[in-house]
Amino acid sequence: MNTSFGSAQDGPVRGWRDRVFSATAFFFVSVFMLFVLVLIVTDVFYVDKKAVMTVLTSKFIRHALWMSIWTSCVTTFIALLFAVPMGYALSRFRFPGQFLAETLVDLPIVFPPLVAGLTLLVFFSQTTVGRWIQDDLGIEFVFQPKGIVLCQFVAAASFAIRSAKSAFDDVDRRCENVALTMGCTQWGSFHRVSLPLARNGIIAGGILTWARAFGLFGPLMIFVGSFRGRTEVLSTTIFLEQSVGNLEVALAIALLLIFVALIAVTGIRLVGGSALVKL
Amino acid sequence: MIRTQEIVFHVGQFELKRLSIEIAAGEYFILLGPPGSGKTVFLECLCGLKRLKSGRIYIDGRDVTHLEPRLRDIGYVPQDYALFPHLSVEQNISFGLRVRGRTQEKVAETADMLGIRQLLSRSIAGLSGGEKQRVALARALVLQPKILLLDEPVCALDEVTRQEVCAQLLAIQRKLGLTTIHVSHNLEEAFSVADRAAILHKGVLLQVGPMDELLCEPNSEFVARFMRREKRLPGSKRENVKVKDQKSK
Repeated sequence: MNTSFGSAQDGPVRGWRDRVFSATAFFFVSVFMLFVLVLIVTDVFYVDKKAVMTVLTSKFIRHALWMSIWTSCVTTFIALLFAVPMGYALSRFRFPGQFLAETLVDLPIVFPPLVAGLTLLVFFSQTTVGRWIQDDLGIEFVFQPKGIVLCQFVAAASFAIRSAKSAFDDVDRRCENVALTMGCTQWGSFHRVSLPLARNGIIAGGILTWARAFGLFGPLMIFVGSFRGRTEVLSTTIFLEQSVGNLEVALAIALLLIFVALIAVTGIRLVGGSALVKL
Repeated sequence: MIRTQEIVFHVGQFELKRLSIEIAAGEYFILLGPPGSGKTVFLECLCGLKRLKSGRIYIDGRDVTHLEPRLRDIGYVPQDYALFPHLSVEQNISFGLRVRGRTQEKVAETADMLGIRQLLSRSIAGLSGGEKQRVALARALVLQPKILLLDEPVCALDEVTRQEVCAQLLAIQRKLGLTTIHVSHNLEEAFSVADRAAILHKGVLLQVGPMDELLCEPNSEFVARFMRREKRLPGSKRENVKVKDQKSK
């Protein structure tokens, strides 16, 4: 079996220049991986047993962990609920204001996440519509767990929408056309052909959305705060612990966050199959 | 069987210009023209995949101009076949039957007719060009349409396979009595299968008639140039036309 460095088994015969090229590419891969691993290992060595025990036994940290997991899962679900029809519409239909719509979709990717928190806070506390939703309808977001999901959605949904659009762009329209001639309505063509073919890209968008939501910090501090046992998530816990001088505990939580994220992303990738390629 | 009445379609700078044509039931009709002449667009208009700006399309005397593609009873094999890569060969062939809620008995029968039964469990990714072409044809034929539209069905195949597939297409068309429109830019293909042909150029239908007529009595300089630009291989169905043409020179 050919297992030479950086070569594909069914690749072409390569000269020394090609090997240098591959080696250069792999050099950067190695440097990046080493850098990230060194950072994690540094954290591991810095954390002591007491800090680990504190993290494992604290009910507030367990609550924050659970809060981080379920809010980011709910956010991802809602984001995908929007992303699939929006991605399809943006990919397949031409309509007035499309350029503006696509710009608005991309906006949350570009602006600092902090802006999402500030904007939401101003909307719900300073505008008539926001106050009507909160006070008259009784759907409270500010400093509430629901606000975490809303905040994560605003900051992260664009990743899912953008990925879904790209995935639908990659689907051959002739496949959809053939499906139409074979008895499908547009909905039939969408769910029998387009959706399965765009599946990997959509899953990739879901992974990105989940990752962004799971690690979100700045906007949450502004919009929902970090109240122990109520709106605290792992990222805000890290900040609170290090701000009161518990650096070891903060690092232990950070490692927990990395560990959970690693399991989640690996799991989703395994379920999603070649979504890995899309990322 | 198929009648288009002054159909007009715009896309960008391109326009199908008041295209009128009649194709009889059971006829094997070839639509010829250089790339970009509007052949594919014409087929898509017939299928209902493009909305006409004006004009009418009749199938069996019924006006289908505003009918959805799924209701037109047309089998369509697009260029590069557009097989569904997420489905197996069998699932590709049975796709239309499942959509229409019909039994899947015809799948094996159609696969046998095209000699692809051994491929049924395979995935699309591993098929050769010729195999893909047959699967796409089976997928269209399994629904037993009245009309078969083939968009450059053999252009991606090598010469030997192309001749073989053309002969098979003609045999199937004769056996099933399908009204067939076959789009091509290859004269060899046209001579081997066509009952009649038309030449399309820049969205304008220049001439319609039997291949002999197009070859011997071109009505424009473009048709004359188009018909003579390719050297035909010996053994084609209408080889005698070449002789006739050479004699006429």
